[in-house]
Amino acid sequence: MTEAVQSAHDTSFVVKRTRLRKILDNKTLWRGIAAIILFILFWEVCSQSKVWFGIQVPWIGKIPPPSEVVVNWAEIVQHPGYWESWYLSFFRVFFGFMIAQVVGIPFGLALAVNKYFRDIFFPPFEVLRPIPPLAWVPASIIFWPTTELSIAFVTFLGAFFTIVINVLGGARTIDIQYLRAAQSMGATQWDLFRKIILPGTLPSIFTGAAVGMGITWEVVLAAEMISGGGQQSGGGLGFFIWSSYMGGSMAQVIVGMISIGIAGYVSSSLIRYVGFLSMPWRRLF
Amino acid sequence: MARKQTSTKSKASSGGKPNGTTVADKTSGKSGLELSNVCKGYGDEWAREEVLIDLSLSILPGELTAVVGPSGCGKSALVNLIAGFELPDSGEILIDGSPVTGPGKDRLVVFQESALVPWQTAYQNVVFGPKLRRDMSPAQIKEEADKLFETVGLVEFKDKYPLQLSGGMQRRAELARAMINQPKLMIMDEPFRGLDAMSRELMQEFFLRLFEKNRRTNLFVTSEIEEAIFLADRLVVLSNKPAHVRKVIDIKLERPRDFHMLSSTQAYEYKREAMEILHEEALKGFKSTDSQSDFVEAFSTQND
Repeated sequence: MTEAVQSAHDTSFVVKRTRLRKILDNKTLWRGIAAIILFILFWEVCSQSKVWFGIQVPWIGKIPPPSEVVVNWAEIVQHPGYWESWYLSFFRVFFGFMIAQVVGIPFGLALAVNKYFRDIFFPPFEVLRPIPPLAWVPASIIFWPTTELSIAFVTFLGAFFTIVINVLGGARTIDIQYLRAAQSMGATQWDLFRKIILPGTLPSIFTGAAVGMGITWEVVLAAEMISGGGQQSGGGLGFFIWSSYMGGSMAQVIVGMISIGIAGYVSSSLIRYVGFLSMPWRRLF
Repeated sequence: MARKQTSTKSKASSGGKPNGTTVADKTSGKSGLELSNVCKGYGDEWAREEVLIDLSLSILPGELTAVVGPSGCGKSALVNLIAGFELPDSGEILIDGSPVTGPGKDRLVVFQESALVPWQTAYQNVVFGPKLRRDMSPAQIKEEADKLFETVGLVEFKDKYPLQLSGGMQRRAELARAMINQPKLMIMDEPFRGLDAMSRELMQEFFLRLFEKNRRTNLFVTSEIEEAIFLADRLVVLSNKPAHVRKVIDIKLERPRDFHMLSSTQAYEYKREAMEILHEEALKGFKSTDSQSDFVEAFSTQND
């Protein structure tokens, strides 16, 4: 036993190297990189084909080539306003998202475990759920004192319904045998909730969070396009795209779009990572 | 303890014999169970499906009673009633003379499919009950659990999650989880279903060794007649749905048992007797087929 530990210590350098090798050998990673490079090449060729070959490719031909986008981007990153847009959008997304989590998870769990609560609150919830978050914008602007708050509210709504539906669905599909087994071993209602229902719902909570996060990004950008950029509140990435469009810079619009793609990817990776950490039993496969 | 005389004989049980045995015996922490005229049905009036009718049965302390019946006859409903997850529509279920009103730690169920929770390791699953109730000191819990893991041969696997264990290991972990609670009555609902033939045989032998050591009262529900004969002291044969007791067969194979006994003429005789009844009952199930049968079948699987 001690020998094994000793040799493991000696070869830790080798272990690290093989880990790097593993990453380098990872076919999925290389396929992903190759796909992105191919996509960019395809885009470049199509966009430039009028200049290079004298033929305009429909649709894609009208979009500025990636080389132009990169040049544009390199210039934009020097403006603090661009980074401020990032910050503003991120702040709004996380603000609305966190409140949706804090309110949505307990609400969903309460719907799942209590029949009376469900009877009373589920019907109004189901009536409100199909209303698109953007339809709330006018009402929200009238209702909340500041533009920032109305954007936050619309963002919150975007994530809230998804989170609640996922939590409710997850909690309701927990195998009744887990509950019965715990019950026959003397678990109280609170034990059942804490030891069975809550951990059993965790995967659905994270699914809801990941989907909700995506919707939050969609909503926040649309909300910024409508109400952002006023005197009270700053732009954000959504407004950045909108004003670039108004200013007629297509390359800048694409910079904004890709920025959002990256922001969304970072956000959902974060959620996946937290989920990975908090559900050790799901790391097995 | 109330000594209750079983005067009730199930009306429809043609071959059943009256069980005039008393069942209260707490001397060794083993309980007896008494069901008299239990009825249970499911569904609203328009879709009423009676599952158990006038079912009377006594389970004697320290004995292993196996219950067999045609598939879908209501065996699982019986388990749910005895465990206290559901209450009978009429009739009485007495454990040591006091009626069952809900689930309790004196009756533990080992389910058909594994009910180990996937988010706890095997060890956490096993100590779940005593840790919740705090009726054992932490040191005591650890000692008991370690002993049980030794018994079921899972010492190296106690920190694994259930999904990392094979089907047979899961069943053994589940046995350990049931045993640490020292139930007076262990209810096993087709516990070895879904295991391959080899692990099933091993589990039967393993379980038999455990039972013969402690002789805790055990109700063993199964659809495998040979398994029932191999394990049981008494074999209860149920009728087709709505279920009642058709026959109680005393299995007088000597203990400790081994698989060779299954090929004895005595065992063969038990098997023949039980199979005859089961066959008859299964045929009845086919005859009662009418336009509603699909619905009824769907309903019964839902409640099984």
